[in-house]
Amino acid sequence: MKEFLAQVFSVEVWEYVLPATWQTIYMTAISTTITITFGLLFGVLLYVTDKDGLHPMPIFNKVFGAIINSVLSLPSMIVVIIFLPLSKFIVGVSYGPKAFIVSLAIVCIPIFSRLVENSILEVSKGKVEAAKAMGASNWDIILKVMLPESLPTLIRNFVVLTITLISITAIAGSFGAGGLGELAVRFGYNRYRTDILVAVIIVLLVGVEFLQLFGAFISKKILKKRHLV
Amino acid sequence: MAAPFIEIKNVSKIFKNQSKEFKVLKDINLEIQKGDIFGIIGFSGAGKSTLIRCINRLETVSSGTIRMGNYEIDKLSKKEMNLYRQKIGIIFQHFNLFDSRTVFGNVAFPLEVAGKSKQKIEKKVTEILDLVNISDKKDFYPGQLSGGQKQRVGIARALANNPDILLSDEATSALDPVTSLSVLDVLKDINKKLGLTIILITHSLDVIKYTCNNMAVLENGLIAEKGSVREIFANPSSETTKVFIKNNSDLAKVDYLVGGEGI
Ligand SMILES: Nc1ncnc2c1ncn2[C@@H]1O[C@H](COP(=O)(O)OP(=O)(O)OP(=O)(O)O)[C@@H](O)[C@H]1O
Ligand SMILES: [Mg+2]
Repeated sequence: MKEFLAQVFSVEVWEYVLPATWQTIYMTAISTTITITFGLLFGVLLYVTDKDGLHPMPIFNKVFGAIINSVLSLPSMIVVIIFLPLSKFIVGVSYGPKAFIVSLAIVCIPIFSRLVENSILEVSKGKVEAAKAMGASNWDIILKVMLPESLPTLIRNFVVLTITLISITAIAGSFGAGGLGELAVRFGYNRYRTDILVAVIIVLLVGVEFLQLFGAFISKKILKKRHLV
Repeated sequence: MAAPFIEIKNVSKIFKNQSKEFKVLKDINLEIQKGDIFGIIGFSGAGKSTLIRCINRLETVSSGTIRMGNYEIDKLSKKEMNLYRQKIGIIFQHFNLFDSRTVFGNVAFPLEVAGKSKQKIEKKVTEILDLVNISDKKDFYPGQLSGGQKQRVGIARALANNPDILLSDEATSALDPVTSLSVLDVLKDINKKLGLTIILITHSLDVIKYTCNNMAVLENGLIAEKGSVREIFANPSSETTKVFIKNNSDLAKVDYLVGGEGI
Protein backbone atom coordinates (compact mmCIF):
# COMPACT_ATOMS: atom_id res chain seq x y z
CA MET A 1 0.00 0.00 0.00
CA LYS A 2 2.69 2.41 1.00
CA GLU A 3 4.63 1.58 -2.12
CA PHE A 4 1.54 2.07 -4.24
CA LEU A 5 0.91 5.52 -2.76
CA ALA A 6 4.53 6.46 -3.36
CA GLN A 7 4.03 5.37 -6.96
CA VAL A 8 0.84 7.46 -7.28
CA PHE A 9 2.75 10.54 -6.15
CA SER A 10 5.86 9.76 -8.15
CA VAL A 11 7.36 12.20 -10.64
CA GLU A 12 6.76 9.77 -13.47
CA VAL A 13 2.99 9.65 -12.88
CA TRP A 14 2.64 13.42 -12.46
CA GLU A 15 4.58 14.03 -15.64
CA TYR A 16 1.49 12.57 -17.29
CA VAL A 17 -1.12 13.95 -14.95
CA LEU A 18 -0.10 17.62 -14.77
CA PRO A 19 -0.24 18.39 -18.51
CA ALA A 20 -3.54 16.51 -18.73
CA THR A 21 -4.86 18.57 -15.82
CA TRP A 22 -3.97 21.76 -17.64
CA GLN A 23 -5.72 20.50 -20.75
CA THR A 24 -8.86 19.78 -18.76
CA ILE A 25 -8.72 23.18 -17.08
CA TYR A 26 -8.22 24.83 -20.45
CA MET A 27 -11.16 23.02 -22.03
CA THR A 28 -13.41 23.59 -19.05
CA ALA A 29 -12.52 27.27 -18.69
CA ILE A 30 -13.17 28.19 -22.31
CA SER A 31 -16.29 26.03 -22.67
CA THR A 32 -17.60 27.46 -19.40
CA THR A 33 -17.10 31.01 -20.65
CA ILE A 34 -19.00 30.26 -23.85
CA THR A 35 -21.69 28.41 -21.93
CA ILE A 36 -22.21 31.22 -19.44
CA THR A 37 -22.55 33.82 -22.16
CA PHE A 38 -25.14 31.90 -24.15
CA GLY A 39 -26.75 30.24 -21.15
CA LEU A 40 -27.46 33.60 -19.50
CA LEU A 41 -28.81 34.96 -22.76
CA PHE A 42 -31.01 31.94 -23.46
CA GLY A 43 -32.15 31.58 -19.85
CA VAL A 44 -33.28 35.20 -19.78
CA LEU A 45 -34.91 34.75 -23.19
CA LEU A 46 -36.85 31.71 -21.95
CA TYR A 47 -38.05 33.67 -18.94
CA VAL A 48 -38.95 36.83 -20.85
CA THR A 49 -40.86 35.14 -23.68
CA ASP A 50 -42.86 32.82 -21.43
CA LYS A 51 -46.61 33.38 -21.52
CA ASP A 52 -46.40 34.91 -18.05
CA GLY A 53 -43.09 36.65 -18.82
CA LEU A 54 -42.19 40.28 -19.38
CA HIS A 55 -42.69 40.06 -23.12
CA PRO A 56 -44.78 36.99 -23.92
CA MET A 57 -44.01 35.31 -27.24
CA PRO A 58 -45.70 31.93 -26.69
CA ILE A 59 -44.93 30.35 -30.06
CA PHE A 60 -41.26 31.33 -30.06
CA ASN A 61 -41.01 30.20 -26.45
CA LYS A 62 -42.49 26.78 -27.23
CA VAL A 63 -40.19 26.17 -30.22
CA PHE A 64 -37.10 27.46 -28.44
CA GLY A 65 -37.93 25.47 -25.31
CA ALA A 66 -38.39 22.33 -27.41
CA ILE A 67 -34.97 22.75 -29.03
CA ILE A 68 -33.35 23.21 -25.63
CA ASN A 69 -35.17 20.19 -24.24
CA SER A 70 -34.24 17.95 -27.16
CA VAL A 71 -30.52 18.66 -26.67
CA LEU A 72 -31.02 18.13 -22.93
CA SER A 73 -32.70 14.78 -23.42
CA LEU A 74 -29.86 13.26 -25.47
CA PRO A 75 -26.95 11.61 -23.66
CA SER A 76 -24.14 14.14 -23.47
CA MET A 77 -21.71 11.79 -25.23
CA ILE A 78 -23.94 11.68 -28.29
CA VAL A 79 -24.31 15.46 -28.38
CA VAL A 80 -20.54 15.82 -28.23
CA ILE A 81 -20.15 13.51 -31.23
CA ILE A 82 -22.98 15.09 -33.24
CA PHE A 83 -21.54 18.58 -32.93
CA LEU A 84 -17.90 17.60 -33.24
CA PRO A 85 -17.64 18.34 -36.98
CA LEU A 86 -19.19 21.79 -36.41
CA SER A 87 -16.87 22.35 -33.47
CA LYS A 88 -13.77 21.42 -35.49
CA PHE A 89 -14.93 23.64 -38.33
CA ILE A 90 -15.47 26.68 -36.07
CA VAL A 91 -12.16 26.31 -34.24
CA GLY A 92 -10.21 25.20 -37.31
CA VAL A 93 -8.43 22.39 -35.44
CA SER A 94 -9.36 18.73 -35.79
CA TYR A 95 -7.87 17.06 -32.72
CA GLY A 96 -7.01 17.73 -29.10
CA PRO A 97 -8.75 19.85 -26.46
CA LYS A 98 -9.34 22.84 -28.71
CA ALA A 99 -11.37 20.86 -31.23
CA PHE A 100 -13.88 19.90 -28.54
CA ILE A 101 -14.52 23.31 -26.99
CA VAL A 102 -17.59 24.25 -29.02
CA SER A 103 -19.04 20.77 -28.83
CA LEU A 104 -18.71 20.78 -25.05
CA ALA A 105 -20.34 24.20 -24.82
CA ILE A 106 -23.28 23.01 -26.91
CA VAL A 107 -23.91 20.17 -24.49
CA CYS A 108 -23.87 22.55 -21.54
CA ILE A 109 -25.72 25.60 -22.87
CA PRO A 110 -29.18 23.96 -22.58
CA ILE A 111 -28.41 22.80 -19.05
CA PHE A 112 -27.26 26.23 -17.94
CA SER A 113 -30.12 27.99 -19.76
CA ARG A 114 -32.65 26.05 -17.70
CA LEU A 115 -30.66 26.65 -14.51
CA VAL A 116 -30.63 30.39 -15.24
CA GLU A 117 -34.33 30.38 -16.05
CA ASN A 118 -35.12 28.63 -12.78
CA SER A 119 -32.90 30.96 -10.76
CA ILE A 120 -34.66 33.99 -12.21
CA LEU A 121 -38.07 32.45 -11.61
CA GLU A 122 -37.27 32.30 -7.91
CA VAL A 123 -37.39 36.10 -7.66
CA SER A 124 -40.78 36.95 -6.17
CA LYS A 125 -43.50 38.23 -8.49
CA GLY A 126 -44.04 41.10 -6.08
CA LYS A 127 -40.60 42.54 -6.84
CA VAL A 128 -41.22 42.37 -10.59
CA GLU A 129 -44.57 44.02 -10.09
CA ALA A 130 -43.03 46.76 -7.96
CA ALA A 131 -40.41 47.44 -10.64
CA LYS A 132 -43.07 47.56 -13.36
CA ALA A 133 -45.21 49.88 -11.28
CA MET A 134 -42.24 52.26 -11.03
CA GLY A 135 -42.10 52.48 -14.80
CA ALA A 136 -39.07 50.24 -15.26
CA SER A 137 -38.48 48.93 -18.78
CA ASN A 138 -38.00 45.22 -19.37
CA TRP A 139 -34.25 45.78 -19.64
CA ASP A 140 -34.24 47.57 -16.30
CA ILE A 141 -36.18 44.72 -14.75
CA ILE A 142 -33.74 42.09 -16.05
CA LEU A 143 -30.51 43.95 -15.38
CA LYS A 144 -31.37 45.83 -12.20
CA VAL A 145 -33.80 43.42 -10.53
CA MET A 146 -33.86 39.82 -11.77
CA LEU A 147 -30.14 39.16 -12.17
CA PRO A 148 -28.90 40.95 -9.02
CA GLU A 149 -31.70 39.47 -6.90
CA SER A 150 -30.95 35.93 -8.07
CA LEU A 151 -27.15 36.28 -8.00
CA PRO A 152 -26.51 33.92 -5.05
CA THR A 153 -28.54 31.16 -6.72
CA LEU A 154 -26.92 31.88 -10.09
CA ILE A 155 -23.48 31.41 -8.59
CA ARG A 156 -24.39 28.09 -7.08
CA ASN A 157 -25.84 26.94 -10.39
CA PHE A 158 -22.71 28.15 -12.12
CA VAL A 159 -20.70 25.77 -9.97
CA VAL A 160 -23.07 22.92 -10.81
CA LEU A 161 -22.49 23.72 -14.47
CA THR A 162 -18.71 23.75 -14.17
CA ILE A 163 -18.68 20.41 -12.39
CA THR A 164 -20.96 18.93 -15.05
CA LEU A 165 -18.61 20.28 -17.70
CA ILE A 166 -15.60 18.67 -16.09
CA SER A 167 -17.31 15.30 -16.10
CA ILE A 168 -18.25 15.73 -19.76
CA THR A 169 -14.66 16.62 -20.71
CA ALA A 170 -13.73 13.29 -19.18
CA ILE A 171 -16.16 11.58 -21.55
CA ALA A 172 -14.81 13.63 -24.46
CA GLY A 173 -11.42 12.30 -23.45
CA SER A 174 -12.26 8.92 -24.91
CA PHE A 175 -12.78 10.61 -28.31
CA GLY A 176 -9.38 12.22 -28.38
CA ALA A 177 -10.08 15.43 -26.53
CA GLY A 178 -7.05 14.91 -24.30
CA GLY A 179 -7.14 15.92 -20.68
CA LEU A 180 -7.71 13.79 -17.61
CA GLY A 181 -10.43 11.73 -19.26
CA GLU A 182 -8.18 10.55 -22.03
CA LEU A 183 -5.40 9.79 -19.58
CA ALA A 184 -7.72 7.68 -17.48
CA VAL A 185 -8.89 5.70 -20.50
CA ARG A 186 -5.53 5.36 -22.25
CA PHE A 187 -3.39 4.44 -19.27
CA GLY A 188 -5.74 3.55 -16.47
CA TYR A 189 -8.08 1.36 -18.51
CA ASN A 190 -6.11 0.13 -21.54
CA ARG A 191 -2.75 -0.30 -19.86
CA TYR A 192 -3.80 -1.17 -16.33
CA ARG A 193 -1.88 1.77 -14.88
CA THR A 194 -3.88 1.97 -11.67
CA ASP A 195 -1.43 4.47 -10.23
CA ILE A 196 -2.25 6.98 -12.99
CA LEU A 197 -5.97 6.29 -12.65
CA VAL A 198 -5.82 6.96 -8.92
CA ALA A 199 -3.85 10.17 -9.49
CA VAL A 200 -6.51 11.33 -11.99
CA ILE A 201 -9.26 10.58 -9.50
CA ILE A 202 -7.45 12.54 -6.79
CA VAL A 203 -7.11 15.58 -9.05
CA LEU A 204 -10.79 15.43 -10.01
CA LEU A 205 -11.98 14.96 -6.44
CA VAL A 206 -9.87 17.80 -5.11
CA GLY A 207 -10.77 20.10 -8.01
CA VAL A 208 -14.51 19.50 -7.77
CA GLU A 209 -14.49 19.81 -4.01
CA PHE A 210 -12.59 23.08 -4.25
CA LEU A 211 -15.04 24.49 -6.79
CA GLN A 212 -17.97 23.43 -4.64
CA LEU A 213 -16.56 25.07 -1.53
CA PHE A 214 -15.53 28.20 -3.41
CA GLY A 215 -19.01 28.61 -4.96
CA ALA A 216 -20.77 28.02 -1.67
CA PHE A 217 -18.43 30.51 0.01
CA ILE A 218 -19.08 33.32 -2.49
CA SER A 219 -22.81 32.67 -2.56
CA LYS A 220 -22.99 32.69 1.22
CA LYS A 221 -20.93 35.84 1.38
CA ILE A 222 -23.43 37.69 -0.79
CA LEU A 223 -26.36 36.39 1.25
CA LYS A 224 -24.59 37.48 4.43
CA LYS A 225 -23.92 40.93 3.04
CA ARG A 226 -27.63 41.23 2.22
CA HIS A 227 -28.51 39.82 5.66
CA LEU A 228 -30.60 37.05 4.18
CA VAL A 229 -28.98 34.28 6.21
CA MET B 1 -65.95 71.77 -6.86
CA ALA B 2 -63.02 71.45 -9.23
CA ALA B 3 -62.96 68.65 -11.79
CA PRO B 4 -61.90 65.47 -10.00
CA PHE B 5 -58.23 64.59 -10.31
CA ILE B 6 -58.92 60.91 -10.83
CA GLU B 7 -62.03 59.85 -12.63
CA ILE B 8 -63.01 56.20 -12.93
CA LYS B 9 -65.95 55.76 -15.27
CA ASN B 10 -68.01 52.60 -15.82
CA VAL B 11 -64.97 50.42 -15.29
CA SER B 12 -65.39 46.68 -15.56
CA LYS B 13 -62.76 44.00 -15.43
CA ILE B 14 -63.26 40.45 -16.60
CA PHE B 15 -60.67 37.72 -16.13
CA LYS B 16 -60.91 34.79 -18.50
CA ASN B 17 -59.59 31.48 -17.24
CA GLN B 18 -59.80 28.86 -19.98
CA SER B 19 -63.51 28.84 -20.73
CA LYS B 20 -64.76 30.54 -17.58
CA GLU B 21 -65.20 34.28 -17.11
CA PHE B 22 -64.85 36.07 -13.79
CA LYS B 23 -66.34 39.51 -13.57
CA VAL B 24 -64.15 41.00 -10.86
CA LEU B 25 -65.07 44.68 -11.26
CA LYS B 26 -68.58 45.68 -12.27
CA ASP B 27 -69.31 49.13 -13.57
CA ILE B 28 -67.18 51.07 -11.09
CA ASN B 29 -67.61 54.85 -10.90
CA LEU B 30 -65.36 56.88 -8.62
CA GLU B 31 -64.14 60.43 -8.46
CA ILE B 32 -61.19 61.39 -6.34
CA GLN B 33 -60.14 64.98 -5.67
CA LYS B 34 -56.59 66.24 -5.69
CA GLY B 35 -55.01 66.10 -2.24
CA ASP B 36 -57.59 63.70 -0.88
CA ILE B 37 -56.85 60.58 1.11
CA PHE B 38 -59.36 58.15 -0.28
CA GLY B 39 -60.01 54.81 1.40
CA ILE B 40 -61.31 51.67 -0.26
CA ILE B 41 -62.49 48.87 1.98
CA GLY B 42 -63.96 45.47 1.22
CA PHE B 43 -63.67 41.79 1.98
CA SER B 44 -61.01 39.57 0.54
CA GLY B 45 -61.65 39.00 -3.14
CA ALA B 46 -63.87 42.06 -3.51
CA GLY B 47 -61.60 43.43 -6.25
CA LYS B 48 -59.68 46.16 -4.41
CA SER B 49 -56.23 45.19 -5.66
CA THR B 50 -57.57 44.69 -9.17
CA LEU B 51 -58.99 48.21 -9.10
CA ILE B 52 -55.69 49.85 -8.20
CA ARG B 53 -53.82 47.61 -10.61
CA CYS B 54 -56.11 49.07 -13.26
CA ILE B 55 -55.19 52.57 -12.10
CA ASN B 56 -51.49 52.01 -12.68
CA ARG B 57 -52.15 49.89 -15.74
CA LEU B 58 -50.68 46.68 -14.40
CA GLU B 59 -54.07 45.45 -15.61
CA THR B 60 -56.06 46.82 -18.51
CA VAL B 61 -59.74 47.50 -17.96
CA SER B 62 -62.20 45.39 -19.94
CA SER B 63 -64.48 48.38 -20.43
CA GLY B 64 -64.83 51.92 -19.14
CA THR B 65 -62.23 54.66 -18.77
CA ILE B 66 -59.80 55.90 -16.16
CA ARG B 67 -58.47 59.43 -16.28
CA MET B 68 -55.74 60.85 -14.05
CA GLY B 69 -55.06 64.55 -14.53
CA ASN B 70 -54.56 64.84 -18.26
CA TYR B 71 -53.77 61.17 -18.82
CA GLU B 72 -56.43 58.97 -20.40
CA ILE B 73 -54.72 55.89 -19.18
CA ASP B 74 -56.15 53.29 -21.53
CA LYS B 75 -54.90 55.28 -24.50
CA LEU B 76 -51.25 55.37 -23.47
CA SER B 77 -48.52 53.91 -25.66
CA LYS B 78 -45.94 51.70 -24.00
CA LYS B 79 -43.45 54.53 -23.68
CA GLU B 80 -46.03 56.97 -22.31
CA MET B 81 -47.15 54.28 -19.93
CA ASN B 82 -43.76 54.01 -18.26
CA LEU B 83 -43.71 57.80 -17.86
CA TYR B 84 -47.24 57.69 -16.46
CA ARG B 85 -46.29 54.97 -14.03
CA GLN B 86 -43.45 57.11 -12.74
CA LYS B 87 -46.15 59.61 -11.72
CA ILE B 88 -47.83 56.99 -9.55
CA GLY B 89 -46.20 55.65 -6.44
CA ILE B 90 -47.32 52.38 -4.93
CA ILE B 91 -46.63 50.60 -1.67
CA PHE B 92 -47.45 46.99 -0.90
CA GLN B 93 -48.40 44.75 1.99
CA HIS B 94 -45.19 42.76 1.64
CA PHE B 95 -43.06 45.82 0.84
CA ASN B 96 -41.43 44.23 -2.23
CA LEU B 97 -38.10 45.89 -1.56
CA PHE B 98 -35.09 44.69 -3.53
CA ASP B 99 -32.89 42.56 -1.27
CA SER B 100 -29.87 43.15 -3.49
CA ARG B 101 -29.97 46.89 -2.89
CA THR B 102 -29.41 48.98 0.20
CA VAL B 103 -32.03 51.38 1.46
CA PHE B 104 -30.33 54.06 -0.62
CA GLY B 105 -30.27 51.75 -3.67
CA ASN B 106 -33.95 50.92 -3.31
CA VAL B 107 -35.00 54.55 -3.21
CA ALA B 108 -32.59 55.33 -6.05
CA PHE B 109 -34.13 52.64 -8.27
CA PRO B 110 -37.10 54.62 -9.63
CA LEU B 111 -34.80 57.59 -10.25
CA GLU B 112 -32.28 55.44 -12.16
CA VAL B 113 -35.14 54.06 -14.20
CA ALA B 114 -36.28 57.62 -14.97
CA GLY B 115 -32.75 58.39 -16.20
CA LYS B 116 -31.77 60.93 -13.54
CA SER B 117 -28.13 61.93 -13.08
CA LYS B 118 -26.01 60.60 -10.22
CA GLN B 119 -25.91 63.93 -8.40
CA LYS B 120 -29.66 64.41 -8.71
CA ILE B 121 -30.28 60.90 -7.40
CA GLU B 122 -27.97 61.44 -4.43
CA LYS B 123 -29.70 64.69 -3.53
CA LYS B 124 -33.24 63.41 -3.98
CA VAL B 125 -32.72 60.16 -2.07
CA THR B 126 -31.17 61.98 0.87
CA GLU B 127 -34.06 64.42 0.92
CA ILE B 128 -36.75 61.71 0.87
CA LEU B 129 -35.08 59.48 3.42
CA ASP B 130 -35.17 62.52 5.67
CA LEU B 131 -38.84 63.06 4.95
CA VAL B 132 -39.83 59.57 6.07
CA ASN B 133 -37.36 59.66 8.91
CA ILE B 134 -35.07 56.79 8.02
CA SER B 135 -31.83 58.54 6.98
CA ASP B 136 -29.84 56.66 9.61
CA LYS B 137 -30.54 53.35 7.81
CA LYS B 138 -29.30 54.58 4.43
CA ASP B 139 -26.66 51.86 3.99
CA PHE B 140 -28.67 49.02 5.51
CA TYR B 141 -30.05 46.16 3.47
CA PRO B 142 -33.78 45.35 3.71
CA GLY B 143 -32.83 42.14 5.53
CA GLN B 144 -31.66 44.31 8.44
CA LEU B 145 -34.88 46.29 8.84
CA SER B 146 -38.06 45.80 10.83
CA GLY B 147 -41.42 45.74 9.06
CA GLY B 148 -42.20 49.33 9.91
CA GLN B 149 -38.80 50.50 8.69
CA LYS B 150 -39.23 48.49 5.49
CA GLN B 151 -42.53 50.19 4.81
CA ARG B 152 -40.95 53.61 5.34
CA VAL B 153 -38.39 52.67 2.72
CA GLY B 154 -41.26 51.49 0.53
CA ILE B 155 -42.92 54.88 0.93
CA ALA B 156 -39.64 56.69 0.22
CA ARG B 157 -39.16 54.63 -2.93
CA ALA B 158 -42.73 55.37 -4.02
CA LEU B 159 -42.18 59.10 -3.54
CA ALA B 160 -38.84 59.35 -5.34
CA ASN B 161 -40.20 60.54 -8.67
CA ASN B 162 -42.52 63.18 -7.16
CA PRO B 163 -45.65 61.21 -8.01
CA ASP B 164 -49.08 62.82 -8.28
CA ILE B 165 -50.74 59.98 -6.45
CA LEU B 166 -49.73 57.29 -4.03
CA LEU B 167 -51.48 53.93 -4.06
CA SER B 168 -51.35 51.88 -0.90
CA ASP B 169 -52.41 48.23 -1.09
CA GLU B 170 -52.84 47.04 2.48
CA ALA B 171 -49.56 48.71 3.36
CA THR B 172 -50.09 48.29 7.08
CA SER B 173 -51.69 44.81 7.12
CA ALA B 174 -48.41 43.05 7.92
CA LEU B 175 -47.55 45.41 10.77
CA ASP B 176 -48.48 45.45 14.42
CA PRO B 177 -51.03 48.09 15.46
CA VAL B 178 -48.52 50.55 16.91
CA THR B 179 -46.23 50.35 13.88
CA SER B 180 -49.30 50.64 11.64
CA LEU B 181 -50.15 53.92 13.25
CA SER B 182 -46.66 55.28 12.76
CA VAL B 183 -46.75 54.35 9.07
CA LEU B 184 -50.20 55.90 8.68
CA ASP B 185 -48.83 59.03 10.34
CA VAL B 186 -46.12 59.17 7.70
CA LEU B 187 -48.80 58.97 5.00
CA LYS B 188 -50.85 61.73 6.61
CA ASP B 189 -47.74 63.80 6.99
CA ILE B 190 -46.68 63.57 3.34
CA ASN B 191 -50.25 64.18 2.25
CA LYS B 192 -50.12 67.46 4.15
CA LYS B 193 -46.58 68.44 3.21
CA LEU B 194 -46.67 67.49 -0.46
CA GLY B 195 -50.38 67.74 -1.18
CA LEU B 196 -50.16 64.19 -2.47
CA THR B 197 -53.36 62.36 -3.39
CA ILE B 198 -53.50 58.98 -1.68
CA ILE B 199 -55.66 55.96 -2.41
CA LEU B 200 -55.55 53.56 0.46
CA ILE B 201 -56.83 50.01 0.41
CA THR B 202 -57.46 48.29 3.68
CA HIS B 203 -59.43 45.67 5.57
CA SER B 204 -59.67 47.87 8.58
CA LEU B 205 -62.28 50.55 9.18
CA ASP B 206 -60.06 52.01 11.85
CA VAL B 207 -57.34 52.65 9.32
CA ILE B 208 -59.87 54.52 7.21
CA LYS B 209 -61.24 56.41 10.18
CA TYR B 210 -57.75 57.43 11.22
CA THR B 211 -56.46 58.39 7.79
CA CYS B 212 -59.08 59.09 5.14
CA ASN B 213 -61.48 61.88 4.26
CA ASN B 214 -63.56 59.99 1.72
CA MET B 215 -64.14 56.32 1.12
CA ALA B 216 -65.80 53.66 -0.96
CA VAL B 217 -66.97 50.22 0.08
CA LEU B 218 -66.36 47.48 -2.47
CA GLU B 219 -68.59 44.42 -2.38
CA ASN B 220 -68.12 41.62 -4.90
CA GLY B 221 -66.79 43.97 -7.54
CA LEU B 222 -69.51 46.53 -7.00
CA ILE B 223 -69.38 49.81 -5.13
CA ALA B 224 -71.75 49.27 -2.25
CA GLU B 225 -71.47 52.83 -1.01
CA LYS B 226 -69.22 55.84 -1.24
CA GLY B 227 -69.00 59.25 0.35
CA SER B 228 -67.29 61.08 3.18
CA VAL B 229 -65.98 58.91 5.99
CA ARG B 230 -68.00 60.88 8.52
CA GLU B 231 -71.30 60.29 6.72
CA ILE B 232 -70.75 56.62 6.10
CA PHE B 233 -69.79 55.95 9.70
CA ALA B 234 -72.79 57.87 10.94
CA ASN B 235 -75.10 56.18 8.52
CA PRO B 236 -73.83 52.92 7.05
CA SER B 237 -76.15 51.59 4.39
CA SER B 238 -74.40 48.51 3.00
CA GLU B 239 -74.18 45.11 4.60
CA THR B 240 -70.36 45.09 4.27
CA THR B 241 -69.97 48.36 6.11
CA LYS B 242 -72.20 47.16 8.94
CA VAL B 243 -70.23 43.95 9.32
CA PHE B 244 -66.98 45.90 9.36
CA ILE B 245 -68.28 48.29 11.99
CA LYS B 246 -69.49 45.39 14.14
CA ASN B 247 -66.10 43.68 13.98
CA ASN B 248 -64.08 46.75 14.67
CA SER B 249 -60.47 45.87 15.36
CA ASP B 250 -58.53 47.29 18.25
CA LEU B 251 -56.58 50.04 16.49
CA ALA B 252 -58.69 52.67 18.25
CA LYS B 253 -57.67 51.31 21.62
CA VAL B 254 -54.04 51.24 20.61
CA ASP B 255 -54.20 54.84 19.53
CA TYR B 256 -55.73 55.66 22.88
CA LEU B 257 -52.94 53.78 24.65
CA VAL B 258 -50.13 55.47 22.75
CA GLY B 259 -51.69 58.83 23.51
CA GLY B 260 -53.37 59.80 20.25
CA GLU B 261 -56.45 61.99 20.21
CA GLY B 262 -58.71 58.97 19.98
CA ILE B 263 -60.58 58.09 16.87
N1 LIG C 1 -55.07 37.32 -12.95
C1 LIG C 1 -56.25 36.89 -12.49
N2 LIG C 1 -56.92 35.91 -13.14
C2 LIG C 1 -58.11 35.47 -12.69
N3 LIG C 1 -58.73 35.95 -11.59
C3 LIG C 1 -58.12 36.92 -10.89
C4 LIG C 1 -56.84 37.44 -11.30
N4 LIG C 1 -56.47 38.40 -10.42
C5 LIG C 1 -57.46 38.46 -9.50
N5 LIG C 1 -58.45 37.58 -9.79
C6 LIG C 1 -59.69 37.38 -9.01
O1 LIG C 1 -60.29 38.62 -8.81
C7 LIG C 1 -60.94 38.68 -7.55
C8 LIG C 1 -60.53 39.95 -6.86
O2 LIG C 1 -59.16 39.88 -6.54
P1 LIG C 1 -58.41 41.08 -5.83
O3 LIG C 1 -57.02 40.67 -5.64
O4 LIG C 1 -58.68 42.34 -6.56
O5 LIG C 1 -59.18 41.11 -4.44
P2 LIG C 1 -58.88 42.01 -3.17
O6 LIG C 1 -60.12 42.76 -2.89
O7 LIG C 1 -57.64 42.79 -3.36
O8 LIG C 1 -58.67 40.89 -2.07
P3 LIG C 1 -57.67 40.88 -0.82
O9 LIG C 1 -58.30 41.71 0.22
O10 LIG C 1 -57.61 39.44 -0.41
O11 LIG C 1 -56.35 41.41 -1.29
C9 LIG C 1 -60.56 37.42 -6.82
O12 LIG C 1 -61.68 36.55 -6.84
C10 LIG C 1 -59.43 36.85 -7.62
O13 LIG C 1 -59.48 35.45 -7.60
MG1 LIG D 1 -55.66 42.66 -2.53
